[in-house]
Amino acid sequence: MSASYPAPGARFVRLAEKDRPAIRLSIDGQTVSALQGDSLLVALLNHRRSLRASEFGDGERAGFCLMGACQDCWVWTEAGTRLRACSTVAIEGMAVRSRPPAQHWPVTPDLKIVQGRSR
Amino acid sequence: MSGPRIVVVGSGPAGVRAAEALVAAGITPIVIDEGRRSGGQIYRRQPEGFKRDYATLYGSEAAKAQAVHRDFDALLERIDYRPDTLAWNVTAGVLHLVQPADGSTSEVPFDALIICAGATDRLMPVQGWNLAGCYSLGASQIALKAQACAIGSRVIFMGSGPLLYLVASQYVKAGATVEAVLDTSPAIPPLAALRGLLSRPRLLWIGLQLQAMLKRAGVKLRKGVTPQRIEGSPTLGVSGVVVRDAQGREQRFSGDAVGLGWHLRAESQLADLARCEFDFEPLSRQWLPRIDEDGRSSTPGVYLAGDGARILGADGAEAAGRLAALAALQDLQHAAGAAMYGKEQPALRQTLATMDRFRQGLARAFPWPHQQAAALPDQAVVCRCEAVTAGELRHCVRELGSQEVNRAKAFSRVGMGRCQGRYCGHAAAEVIAACAHVPVESVGRIRSQAPVKPLMMNAKEVQA
Repeated sequence: MSASYPAPGARFVRLAEKDRPAIRLSIDGQTVSALQGDSLLVALLNHRRSLRASEFGDGERAGFCLMGACQDCWVWTEAGTRLRACSTVAIEGMAVRSRPPAQHWPVTPDLKIVQGRSR
Repeated sequence: MSGPRIVVVGSGPAGVRAAEALVAAGITPIVIDEGRRSGGQIYRRQPEGFKRDYATLYGSEAAKAQAVHRDFDALLERIDYRPDTLAWNVTAGVLHLVQPADGSTSEVPFDALIICAGATDRLMPVQGWNLAGCYSLGASQIALKAQACAIGSRVIFMGSGPLLYLVASQYVKAGATVEAVLDTSPAIPPLAALRGLLSRPRLLWIGLQLQAMLKRAGVKLRKGVTPQRIEGSPTLGVSGVVVRDAQGREQRFSGDAVGLGWHLRAESQLADLARCEFDFEPLSRQWLPRIDEDGRSSTPGVYLAGDGARILGADGAEAAGRLAALAALQDLQHAAGAAMYGKEQPALRQTLATMDRFRQGLARAFPWPHQQAAALPDQAVVCRCEAVTAGELRHCVRELGSQEVNRAKAFSRVGMGRCQGRYCGHAAAEVIAACAHVPVESVGRIRSQAPVKPLMMNAKEVQA
């Protein structure tokens, strides 16, 4: 079998089931393509190397358990609703953010610190 | 609806066989499934629109996976199946549910509750395991089974247990590049381990075949390794793994992803919330809910089956699920169920005894590397959720006198994060025990708290 490589900048590598219909979604305002049946996590990690930044300053995170147990893969909708990317199905037109929209909560001193870290 | 109200949590092999037994006895059980489709994690189904066949997805276990799916599908008209539903709490005789998609909640009173909650990966922290690109072994398998993806372009698998070799071989077969398989267990298992493993020769044979296949494929196999660190950068993630080999030499393997895991741990939170007693099992060094031979917990009306009670694997789960359901019917003095129980109980118990001998063999052949906790550098993260380090935990032991894990949790927040101690709890207890020079059982276990998984603040109560 020929070797498979990730798309440039991607973390995951698609090995099979590549002939599914394409869908489009938006990540941090950028339109990208994914495949019907992708989880949100898979859709994102076929374009990026991570999903979000750790709130505790130790770097980027890309999920861990993929079975809804660890909660490492949280991303946010444009409205600020939290989604668990591993157990959310990606659908056409979905728009997600890798960090919560700042205006969603009043900016508290600790939120300022967190935002400073991840920029 | 007449007849006893019986609720099954989970639709993996244990939940499916429990539901099937209940239906056969004329009961209409409620089956709660956190997943979108039945099968659990082991026989997880790929989404609609995917085309790989059973042999590709489940290998040597294809026929069993197909049977579990088919038999559950045949029950759908005769059960109250609730997929995409989380059982988040248990109070006296009532199970509390939420549908995470819309936040609606409900309460289900029960006469018997059969918890088949399954297991998650058992993790020992390695310095750098919080880097992006480090996943559990189970996650590595789900990426492939459910989504036809590899977790990276050059994958390193590290840990121990049957899943290590199974996932690595599934990756090779699917065309992924596996750089190395690094096993912390010794190359030659102790004799007692072999005796246990020989109780299920078919599985032992499959295990040996997997290792031979990996060797033929040119994957670097190393046994008896001691993990040193996972290397990489906070922005780009994993770039490699450093271990000491069996001879004590440092070896580095390059890769952009790591699949990490040491066998499994029971998802026992609901049992804990139902006030079931737990016992410490010295062999696997984990606390497990107390059950009798049929799956009765110490709480009347609460039954436990499958990997959420004992890590017996999928075949054991099928037998345990059926037996627990029949035991529940027997205890409820349900005539048809009691007759089935009388007829089937001896054979089911015997099956489970064989599975348990094999489980003990596995635990001896692929031991939980508890000594790694003591050797973990102070700067290594133990709690991935909140980046609590081994040093912070040791500070709680040395300066604050916490020799009990819940106390250390209160001081350090280890186990208080969003995974609620699932992935750090066992290791945190080992770090505390090693630092305090006390046996790990005296450190205790992290008490489960409701909700068993985070809920949205907008979750709302719906009156039925």
